[in-house]
Amino acid sequence: MSSTSGLQGQLRVRRAEFTLDLVLAVPAGSVTALLGPNGAGKTTSLSLLAGLLPLDTGRVSLDDTVLDDPGAGVFLAPERRPVGVVFQDYLLFPHLSVLDNVAFGPRSRGAGRRAARVIAQRWLERLGLGEHASARPRRLSGGQAQRVAIARALATDPRLLLLDEPLAALDASTRVEVRSELRRHLRDYPGATVLVTHDPLDAMVLADQIVVIEGGRAVQQGSPAEVARHPRTAYVARLVGLNLYRGRASGTTVELDEGARLAVGPAHSGPVFLAFPPSAVALHRARPDGSPRNCWPVTVAGLEQQGNLVRLALAGHPAVLADVTAAAVAALDLVPGAKVWAAVKATEIEVYPG
Amino acid sequence: MAEHPMDHARRAAALPRSNRQRTPACRVRPSGIATGRSARLSLLGLVAVLTITLAGCSASTSGAAAGPSASPKGALASPTSDRPSVPALSGNVVVFAAASLTKTFTDLAHSFESAHPGVHVQLSFGGSPTLAQQIEQGAPADVFASADQAVMAQAVKAAAIAGTPQTFATNVLEIAVPVGNPGHVTSLAAFADPSLRIAVCAVQVPCGAASAKVFAVAGITPRPDTLEQDVTAVLTKVELGEVDAGLVYRTDVAVAGAKVLGIPFPQSGAAVNIYPIAQVAHAPNPAAAVAFIDYVRGPIGRQALAQAGFGSP
Amino acid sequence: MRRRQPGASGVPVILLVPALVGLAFLVIPLLGLLVRTPWSSLPGQLAAPGVRSALQLSLVSATLATAVSLVLGVPLAWVLARSRVPGRSMLRALVTVPLVLPPVVGGVALLLGLGRRGVLGQYLFSWFGISLPFSTAAVVLAEAFVAMPFLVVAVEGALRAADQRYEQAAATLGADRWTTFRRVTVPMVAPGIVSGAVLCWARALGEFGATITFAGNFPGRTQTVPLAVYLALQTDPQAAIVLSLLMLSVSVLVLVGLRGRWAGGLA
Repeated sequence: MSSTSGLQGQLRVRRAEFTLDLVLAVPAGSVTALLGPNGAGKTTSLSLLAGLLPLDTGRVSLDDTVLDDPGAGVFLAPERRPVGVVFQDYLLFPHLSVLDNVAFGPRSRGAGRRAARVIAQRWLERLGLGEHASARPRRLSGGQAQRVAIARALATDPRLLLLDEPLAALDASTRVEVRSELRRHLRDYPGATVLVTHDPLDAMVLADQIVVIEGGRAVQQGSPAEVARHPRTAYVARLVGLNLYRGRASGTTVELDEGARLAVGPAHSGPVFLAFPPSAVALHRARPDGSPRNCWPVTVAGLEQQGNLVRLALAGHPAVLADVTAAAVAALDLVPGAKVWAAVKATEIEVYPG
Repeated sequence: MAEHPMDHARRAAALPRSNRQRTPACRVRPSGIATGRSARLSLLGLVAVLTITLAGCSASTSGAAAGPSASPKGALASPTSDRPSVPALSGNVVVFAAASLTKTFTDLAHSFESAHPGVHVQLSFGGSPTLAQQIEQGAPADVFASADQAVMAQAVKAAAIAGTPQTFATNVLEIAVPVGNPGHVTSLAAFADPSLRIAVCAVQVPCGAASAKVFAVAGITPRPDTLEQDVTAVLTKVELGEVDAGLVYRTDVAVAGAKVLGIPFPQSGAAVNIYPIAQVAHAPNPAAAVAFIDYVRGPIGRQALAQAGFGSP
Repeated sequence: MRRRQPGASGVPVILLVPALVGLAFLVIPLLGLLVRTPWSSLPGQLAAPGVRSALQLSLVSATLATAVSLVLGVPLAWVLARSRVPGRSMLRALVTVPLVLPPVVGGVALLLGLGRRGVLGQYLFSWFGISLPFSTAAVVLAEAFVAMPFLVVAVEGALRAADQRYEQAAATLGADRWTTFRRVTVPMVAPGIVSGAVLCWARALGEFGATITFAGNFPGRTQTVPLAVYLALQTDPQAAIVLSLLMLSVSVLVLVGLRGRWAGGLA
């Protein structure tokens, strides 16, 4: 990266379970997701960036400020870093009102009590929480708590925003809504954002860049589409085994950026993401009768055994990943070059405003 | 049934020796000690036996105490007169004694045991009122040595004592000052000096009552900084130099040795503390109790008491 | 078959029986005190001179001792629970020493440390003319010495149980260590601090041995209710019972009052 604005980090630290060794470059205004399984070093990375852990070697700088450089003997304590953190399960102070939670940062950074509350109130209103200012955090829903946590982190005007599994604490029913809301807030944020998740969908929807880490090292790095389309290791393929598309919705029809068209359940309008798992794709020898609305011809481009399933890479409009049983591979004679029909039910497709 | 001590005494004369000291139902004595064969039970066993015996006894106590004036005489007379010239005492003798007697009685107990092999003296020291209370509640003591006549009189009134208490020692107050006498104390008048740190006993405890008496006679209004719960507490504060003077007993000054300096004063005669000693009613080992009392009042006891600073009655 | 019914209160018998025995064990001595209370002469006894001052001194000194324990004990608990100083287990053992030390020995130890000729006390005396023994301050110190470990142990437990990530969250929001301690740590372990302080206060209120040894006994200055009870016991057991009853009632009132106020707000 040539730009000096944003986050530049070489993170190296030895832990009991692994050695973390990661290079990060996150321009201001962009979102990078660290994606990986539990114990891969994601949360450790965030702790290093926030200053809750010191580096063994390496260097972290933000814009023109050095945050940590053991070689030069520089270490900025967490309370002196222009960094905001949204913790997993949010860690809102239970003894303080929502307003005082958000005012905590400005107040700790030198604002008077009244000024801090004014700032906090402004952030709460911006995030649509104005009427909850006097509530205790335990009265909030999961989505509201997350927004308070974001407001609290942003109220100090950080130049780097860190999010640790921002959606893990939510139940499945609120997740979809909160995810797209979070995407909107991150888009508005002018600083650099690093988020950590083990959920590929979060990474795909929320990030501009994905860094897949495994055992403390980056195994793949790129835009969500690149990572999803061209998994470089079996691990990444399994991890990001998702069909993900961008497009423009108009009612229940979505015009994909790559030219095809898919029908979806709920109506939307404007830019959207579409996502569905490979297991949602059904394959047929011939065009099926009473056909589902989403049905198109594809050519088998590759096969890979994954456990007792076989993952097929299928070329077509659009290209798609499908998981089928070994028996189906034999029955349909699915060798590279074979031509079949792919079908996906509209109700299986998740839609996110883009 | 609670056997009357008189019956016991009469039968004791008639029966062969091995049976003579058999414990009446309400006496507290493990049989192992009574026969004198196995010298001592373990403490645990003793406590267990005592507990059981006491529990079994409590209902009949009032009946046994009905004739206190008659019973001790009989109980004392026969075994003593019966005994050969070298009395074959045995078993435990439990002595409850005022705290001020701690050192003297510990020494005397040792020499008494040497003089009477087979006898073990168990000592329990404490404040005289506390000990009297324990005895009245049925504690298994043989001998009670009090630092206070009033306390003994109260115990007699409660029928806890056999026979007439005998005085065996006296004690008088003395001024105790720390080594070097930092307050330059020379007389009782120092106790009225507000610039000095003064400790005396609280008036509720015997040493405090005695102190009040000497102050009254001397015409001094003391200005104490603390009213201590017992004489040892006063002595501790003098020893540590936390007070410039304290009023304690002459014997306490003797026990403290070089750690404090004693200053006698003429008015001490106004409050002479008289120490009575007596056998406890229902003493588990009356013969040994009598022997111990005699020993304390005899030449060896008198000498030891004098050495410790006690006066003779 | 009948549905298993673990008693109306929902407590299994195997717990209920020892619980009741335990309760009886604690209550029966108090009952004895109540039965022997000379109710008819109670008002006269309570109006006796010295009772009021002893009670007042007891309440004031126990409260001050609790305040001293809070100011010194909460930071001490923090050091024990959070710092990485070497020999922490040794420190922890030292803190609990007053719990096992006979209080009278504690009093002598205080004299040896803070008395007029004590290790530290001699300098207080020769440089500033301060002599602690036999003063109300000595009562407070003796009570704090004996009672503070209760507070430290309770608060340390609460600190260990507390989620330290909240403190990290405060740090990322720009709070320094002190602000974090004040605005996050203390409020979050407040229930532990309150119960520790209540234990501490109750222990201080009943303190006898260390107080009479270090502070002596002088009505109005160092004679607290337990000291008055002890001396009354020598000559007037009934007065001792009345005084004990008085202290019992006052402490129960205070503790129940505190519970209503604090436990309700914190639970």
